[in-house]
Amino acid sequence: MTRGARAAEWVVLYALSIVVALAISSVIVEATGGDWWPVLEALVDGSIKAPGRWGETLGVAAPLLLVALGTVISAKAGLINIGQEGQLLMGAAFAVYFSFRIGGPGPLNVVLLLLFGALGGAVWASAAGLLRYWRGVPEVLSTLLLVFVALQAVGYGLKWQWLLLADEASRGNRNLVSEQLAKNNRIPRPDIFGNEFPITVYVALALALAVAYVLARTVWGFRLRMLGHNPRAAQRSGVSSTVYGATALAIGGAFAGLAGAAMFAGGGFSFGNYRLVPGFSDNIGWTGLLVALMARERALPAVVAAFVFAMLRTGAGFVNSTGVESRITDVVQGLLVLALLVPPAVVFLRDRRRARAAATERV
Amino acid sequence: MVLIDFFSAVGDVLSSESTYINGALFAALLAFAATGEWVAERSGTLNISVEGMLLSGAFAGALGYHLAESVAVGLVLGAIGGLIIAVVQAEMSHRLTADQFVVGLTLNILVVGLTGFLDREIDPRADYASEVEIPILVDIPLFGQALFGEPWPFYLLYGLVPLSWWLVYRTRWGLELRAAGENPQSADVSGIDVNRRRRQSIYYAGLTSGLGGAYFLFARLATFDDSVIGGQGFIAIAAVIFGGWTLWGTMGGCVLFAGALSFQLSLQGLGYELNTELLQALPYLVTIGAMAIFARRVRPPAALAQPFIRGLK
Repeated sequence: MTRGARAAEWVVLYALSIVVALAISSVIVEATGGDWWPVLEALVDGSIKAPGRWGETLGVAAPLLLVALGTVISAKAGLINIGQEGQLLMGAAFAVYFSFRIGGPGPLNVVLLLLFGALGGAVWASAAGLLRYWRGVPEVLSTLLLVFVALQAVGYGLKWQWLLLADEASRGNRNLVSEQLAKNNRIPRPDIFGNEFPITVYVALALALAVAYVLARTVWGFRLRMLGHNPRAAQRSGVSSTVYGATALAIGGAFAGLAGAAMFAGGGFSFGNYRLVPGFSDNIGWTGLLVALMARERALPAVVAAFVFAMLRTGAGFVNSTGVESRITDVVQGLLVLALLVPPAVVFLRDRRRARAAATERV
Repeated sequence: MVLIDFFSAVGDVLSSESTYINGALFAALLAFAATGEWVAERSGTLNISVEGMLLSGAFAGALGYHLAESVAVGLVLGAIGGLIIAVVQAEMSHRLTADQFVVGLTLNILVVGLTGFLDREIDPRADYASEVEIPILVDIPLFGQALFGEPWPFYLLYGLVPLSWWLVYRTRWGLELRAAGENPQSADVSGIDVNRRRRQSIYYAGLTSGLGGAYFLFARLATFDDSVIGGQGFIAIAAVIFGGWTLWGTMGGCVLFAGALSFQLSLQGLGYELNTELLQALPYLVTIGAMAIFARRVRPPAALAQPFIRGLK
């Protein structure tokens, strides 16, 4: 098959599966007496078309991409980290603690705050690394369990003033919130054509390029991939699975923590409005994991996937106004993700079948 | 003085039947889900859509009662509701080779959305299941009421758990299933369809979890809400891990975690506020601790969470 035909086939397959997913959603809406077209229009309006919305979407895509990049790194080392939600929340909590209990004002503070966030995520992921390389606990289990520990730990922190809780004057009548980040400590959100988004979007894009480069073109990246492909061969050629694996997990966590800190310091209304609140992580960690897995653990496709997932999130905000229960967007989102999984699997299975048929003919 | 009061309150809680009744209620929910999850994990799938299966079962159970005014129909529909999620999970991850975590996480989100949406549109009404007391046994002090005076779907567990044990350890199917979880390559070479066994084990998890969700609805709630399961599925996963992938250990985990929850609720009822965050995190902390301490002796199925594709290692 020529290159062009293959590309065309991909487009057709993806288009087909998306249409099927939307068709199923439409059936659900129509069957319960709703109208489907306005829902679809609202999704597009809310994510791109309406004024200021694509900036909003980019602002959501940035943390998703950051989380996904971290996941790509640990996945390349053959590690299954599924605890990004907790690592992200820990990162945000570390950033909050630094901002209100240690740091001062000024731009330097913003950088330090982000670094502290990355540290928080790295610490949380390293707990899983420690358990794995010291006690032999599979990281897929420990990272998952640590998510729920992180949720409770941050909840606990939000109850005590010496940890994360705001003093009475600045929390008003709300419980369990941190102080609001001062204006001069926030990540700038410049206005471009009526859309504003934090400059972490550029940082995330630059990091995507950097991660792609490091993994593909450096010795460190090569060793990491070697470890992922064949741990035994890697060990024999001098790549310590403990050192490289633990580092990869920590870096993965650091990216998630950075995402949490960036959401806190530059997220605006989408994420807590510069405060840490209960439920702050809002599934961004889980979704970021999905982004990485959808992109088949590659850094550059993750950029596209992050934007698509961000569109679904921001588009959902507009569905309420159509009179259809807005929970339908979760359904649409879930069906779309499942639909997007089908084409690569179909192509993969068919190619294998063909290759096997060809192999048996040769024999 | 305060401390003495507190200890007497703990004593009150430990000697009151309602603590055990509540504990048994939660433990049963966990046990339904964890039994199936255990079977799925033994075949090599870390099935995180168990949360979605529970919720789907609860909603389908409410729907069944709404349509037929019968708890039995509700339970059957609940099992089917769990099974539907299981079929999607199994077909996507063990036929189409999609990543099991992507599918599981997506299904969890999808089910919350779908049941929440349908709940608003349909608003099914359910009711409590009638309680059945087993004579003589129910009069055992403290535990009697909790173990033998429950809503009738509770007693399904007494059959389900031994049945699961028998299926996994005493049938050819179970042997093949465990082989698929321990060493899929060898299993494949000896003629076992690895992915088929894994799919079947997920179906089983869907059936038991769906049943568990419906049980919880009829035993405790009687009305559906999309937050009723609220992370119990993940605690069930923790129970399987805590139990070291043995069925009795898993059941022990369910009882322990449910007991902690019920203990906390009873103490709250008496006006004592424990550190709720710590208690909520307890199942996960205990599980992590148990794994760290016994990691060398208690071993997960060797191929847990690893996809099997013939010819690819």
